[in-house]
Amino acid sequence: MRRRRYEAVVIAASTGGIEALRAVLRAVDPRIAAPVVIVQHTASENAQALCDVLAAGSAIPVVEAESRQPLVNGCAYLAPPGYHLLVEPGPRAALSMDEKVCHVRPSADVLFTSAADVWRGGLIGIVLTGANEDGAAGMAAIRSRRGLAVVQKPEEAEMREMPEATLRRAGADHVLSLQEIGPLLNRLLCR
Amino acid sequence: MHPSDLQDVEITLFREALRMRHGYDFSGYAPASFKRRVLALQAAVGAGSLTQLIERLLHEEGFVREVIARLSVPVSEMFRDPRVFGLLRSEVMPVLATWPVINVWQAGCAHGEEVYSLAIVLRECGLYDRAHIFATDFSDEALTRAEEGIYPLHDARTYSDNYLKAGGTGSLSDWFIARYQRIKLDESLRRRVTFANHNLVSDGVFGEMQLIVCRNVLIYFGDELQDRALRLFRDSLVHGGFLCLGSKESLAYTAVDQDFERLAPGSPIYRRVIRAP
Ligand SMILES: C[S@@+](CC[C@H](N)C(=O)[O-])C[C@H]1O[C@@H](n2cnc3c(N)ncnc32)[C@H](O)[C@@H]1O
Repeated sequence: MRRRRYEAVVIAASTGGIEALRAVLRAVDPRIAAPVVIVQHTASENAQALCDVLAAGSAIPVVEAESRQPLVNGCAYLAPPGYHLLVEPGPRAALSMDEKVCHVRPSADVLFTSAADVWRGGLIGIVLTGANEDGAAGMAAIRSRRGLAVVQKPEEAEMREMPEATLRRAGADHVLSLQEIGPLLNRLLCR
Repeated sequence: MHPSDLQDVEITLFREALRMRHGYDFSGYAPASFKRRVLALQAAVGAGSLTQLIERLLHEEGFVREVIARLSVPVSEMFRDPRVFGLLRSEVMPVLATWPVINVWQAGCAHGEEVYSLAIVLRECGLYDRAHIFATDFSDEALTRAEEGIYPLHDARTYSDNYLKAGGTGSLSDWFIARYQRIKLDESLRRRVTFANHNLVSDGVFGEMQLIVCRNVLIYFGDELQDRALRLFRDSLVHGGFLCLGSKESLAYTAVDQDFERLAPGSPIYRRVIRAP
């Protein structure tokens, strides 16, 4: 039997990200054997509302990540607004109020880099639509650990800067349309 | 070895150097954010590697102050989380008013943003003259800045919005003067404030407090260190005293959970209770 290679997913999304995330989460199989950890840039302080929007139509639960919370398979975790979300050995969540990175907090670079340290080659990173460069450096960290890099097709993204910046800086293993991302995760992560 | 794993090795050595040479112990900090801080420090001082950083830490006189200043995360705001400051004003102040003295400990005060916020609330509630605020941090650099009470003008707008949302009864601009691109908080707000260095890792209990405010510090601590700090807070509080944490911090699953009651569901404000054995 082939050893399952991947064990966790991290996703970066910014402008236009909510619709994009919904499209991905809608297609995810509830038996997915990985935690899904998400940074969505937002001006809103209300994480619960955002979780509810994402959870509607998603087959897996979407919760706001709490400090020290264990990250379990089949659950999606959203970084709380105003805090960086990091992954620590466990795996579990950690929060920080450090300076903004790429003008944002939470920053996907912070999430991706810390997650790559924990899950190494077992990590799948996904960069979706957005109008900045957050996630590019983080994706480079994931690739340096031989994790899998998935980027939304820039021409299809509502904002193409973030996918493009990631492709420039880190490259990708898959450049996909939104409809293809969920099924890929299911193939790689469902037993 | 992956470069990031090599950095982990260097960070372990750096941590030891800091402890053995200067007495600062970061072993109880949450590892991922600590790593970020050390790498940010390296970038800020232009060290070619973390190993070079260790060299300077060991041999360069006075460098440790800058190291601590940069490992500390003095990121804050006045009245950050207005809802919480609103609760302090509407729920906590009336109880504090029943005590003859009001000792407040602000632990991890960064550049003082929350110290002045608390001072303003106490003033507007008519309690300031009976109050004494102990503002502590383990970074001397942060304490110096906190004493100055000077902030960038472009933050004043956010601070003012926060202040109003938190139930401020006047206008925040009553409490500062704007000059050039900065604001300076009214010096009278400092009259009953004592700034002091206190390290939550190694220092002890702090008097008989009616209110302890420690926000967004525990998120940086591992479980054991968090428990240590929380025991310290518990043992520094009078019966019925209040503990105010950051909005993403809670006492759930900690060593002192049983010693406190939540003020309101979902709020990070707790009250010290003595339970019958
Ligand atoms: C992110 S700031 C929080 C500022 C403010 N309380 C707020 O929530 O806006 C964290 C502060 O904790 C301080 N700190 C970190 N470790 C500490 C320790 N061991 N003892 C005392 N203060 C510490 C840092 O120097 C920094 O000023």
